[in-house]
Amino acid sequence: MFRKFAYAFGAAAVVAGVVGIAKADNFTGAGATFPAPVYSAWAQAYHGATGNELNYQAIGSGGGIRQIKAKTVDFGASDKPLQPAELNAAGLLQFPTVIGGIVPIVNIPGVTAGKLRLSGPVLGDLFLGKIRRWDDAAIARLNPGVKLPSLPVTVVHRADGSGTSFIFTSYLSAVNRDWAARVGANDSVNWPTGLGGKGNDGVAAFVKQTSGSIGYVEYIYARKDNVAWTYVENKAHQYPNPDPVSFAAAAANAPWGRAPGNYVLLIDEPGAKAWPISGATFLLMYKNPGNAQKAAEVLKFVDWSYKNGDAAAGKLDYVPLPLSVKNMIRKQWLQITAGGKPVYVSK
Amino acid sequence: MAEAAIAPAGETAPQVKDLRGISRAGRNDAIFHALCLSAAMLLMATLAGLLISLIIGGWPALSHFGLKFFFSSAWDPVADDYGAAGPIVGTLITAFLSMLFALPLAIGIAVFLVEFCPKSIERWVAMAVELLAGIPSIVYGMWGLFVLGPWFNDHVILPLRLAAEPGSFLEKFLGNASSGSNIFTASVILAIMVLPFIATVFRELLLSVPTYVREAAYGMGCTPFEVVSNIMLPYIRKSAIGAVMLGLGRALGETMAVTFIIGNSHAFPTSIFDSGSTIASTIANEFAEATTDMHVSALVALGLVLFAITFTTLAVARLLLGKEKA
Repeated sequence: MFRKFAYAFGAAAVVAGVVGIAKADNFTGAGATFPAPVYSAWAQAYHGATGNELNYQAIGSGGGIRQIKAKTVDFGASDKPLQPAELNAAGLLQFPTVIGGIVPIVNIPGVTAGKLRLSGPVLGDLFLGKIRRWDDAAIARLNPGVKLPSLPVTVVHRADGSGTSFIFTSYLSAVNRDWAARVGANDSVNWPTGLGGKGNDGVAAFVKQTSGSIGYVEYIYARKDNVAWTYVENKAHQYPNPDPVSFAAAAANAPWGRAPGNYVLLIDEPGAKAWPISGATFLLMYKNPGNAQKAAEVLKFVDWSYKNGDAAAGKLDYVPLPLSVKNMIRKQWLQITAGGKPVYVSK
Repeated sequence: MAEAAIAPAGETAPQVKDLRGISRAGRNDAIFHALCLSAAMLLMATLAGLLISLIIGGWPALSHFGLKFFFSSAWDPVADDYGAAGPIVGTLITAFLSMLFALPLAIGIAVFLVEFCPKSIERWVAMAVELLAGIPSIVYGMWGLFVLGPWFNDHVILPLRLAAEPGSFLEKFLGNASSGSNIFTASVILAIMVLPFIATVFRELLLSVPTYVREAAYGMGCTPFEVVSNIMLPYIRKSAIGAVMLGLGRALGETMAVTFIIGNSHAFPTSIFDSGSTIASTIANEFAEATTDMHVSALVALGLVLFAITFTTLAVARLLLGKEKA
């Protein structure tokens, strides 16, 4: 019997060894859940084109940051960009991959999709619990001609820590002074009021169920049936449609290249067509990677995806980066070196 | 020692002259013994390791906030200020309420199966109960979120709200209730989830009541109700408390289903129709995206608190079960 075990172990070891050799060009990443669908779409296409395989674990941005700092993965992924000081302390390079937008959704009897207009300060006051009823003068002023009921406002927010919440609370902090002082911006915050749904689905479900509620979701969830999204006033006092065009407009006007560590939030960007609540999602890599070959594999994958992945991203309702930004980032990759030489040079 | 233990085991053992045979058997037995011992020790080591790592991980938060961690209900990841009163109270209330709902039902099911159920249906009811135990908790959560929550909002919360006069007791009782996702509905879901566990154990316990005791009671002219309430339930009382505690342990730690339906608000609940949170739901929600060290530490400390609560519950259950045997 022991002999049988020994054989089994031996066989297992041989199989593991063979598999290990066969998958030598695999590389791993971990982090944000928001871009996970597009990363896996890219990884699948990349696997088809090159045979190399990405193993991406969507464990959340916090997890991604912890994993890359522990050096257990070849890259980390986060919706929340790290501050330049933190990047430098850890020796990390940070760069964006795709862009997404966040859209408020409401459930008010008689108000359909795209009927309600909100401004940043009003949105902040709603989520602070300062505006308690939908027929409040501040909302009525933005919506002449829209009949609003005297319903109490129920706020719905994300219960789980999320990059979506980070972008949304960053926006509220930027446009509502009271929000900045009392709550602030983070993956999860001390919500002054309301109830928390798990994930975008949870928020959308609560909003659909609760009359008089307002929540915020990623764009793709606002596009689904029976969800009444709202306009949000941008910096140019315009009300653009929430769609990939306006997210791209926000990205086009962002101060890429001037921001140290690529710390760019696409919040309240100037431009008549810019959607005010957008954000990029980021990858994190070491400038002096422990395994230069794996780091090169990652960069090769991202470079390939920058080149060939725009259609796949668009199909999944993400917005690809502008070409100028991609080229700027390709140059930044030269900072990732081993023995004084860049591990990968984009052609 | 090992040889002595195996000697009477085999029928050939006493006459065996081949000493090599004995020594090989003895050696195998010693290996078997060691394997069993190491399996048990591994479990103990895992448990100890878990506890130690929880203490180490949670220590920064516990030492920084001190007793405030247990009594404050501030949960502010931006300011790194954490107080766990909301989740702790939410955990205790949901677990207690779910037992309150599940216990009478479980007793009813068990008594029906043992005393009154025709043999032809018994199998099916028992199977349904077991099936209930096999459904993944996320399914309960989805059902709660999409079916029970909205129904409860439309048929209970809204009518009560409309009926509540300003300043009345009812209005105060409702508190901030604004949706069907609250502590009460979370408790209902939990009750459904722990029900099969308690009902199954209860059934086993009732079956363990000696037939002569029951028949003697019936022989004295007791009605079925009297037999159940005066003879059988008192007979199994102490073991039953153990079973309840095991169900309670499950209710305390249930994560996914509760996360979906409880509303996830960290504030101290003011009403059972208020949205709240439990320790497990808070950890599940925030751990993946916790970026600051203090946030992670506070969540680990929450885990330690849950460990302590569950351990206390199980220890009490052990104690009661132990007494029963003595």
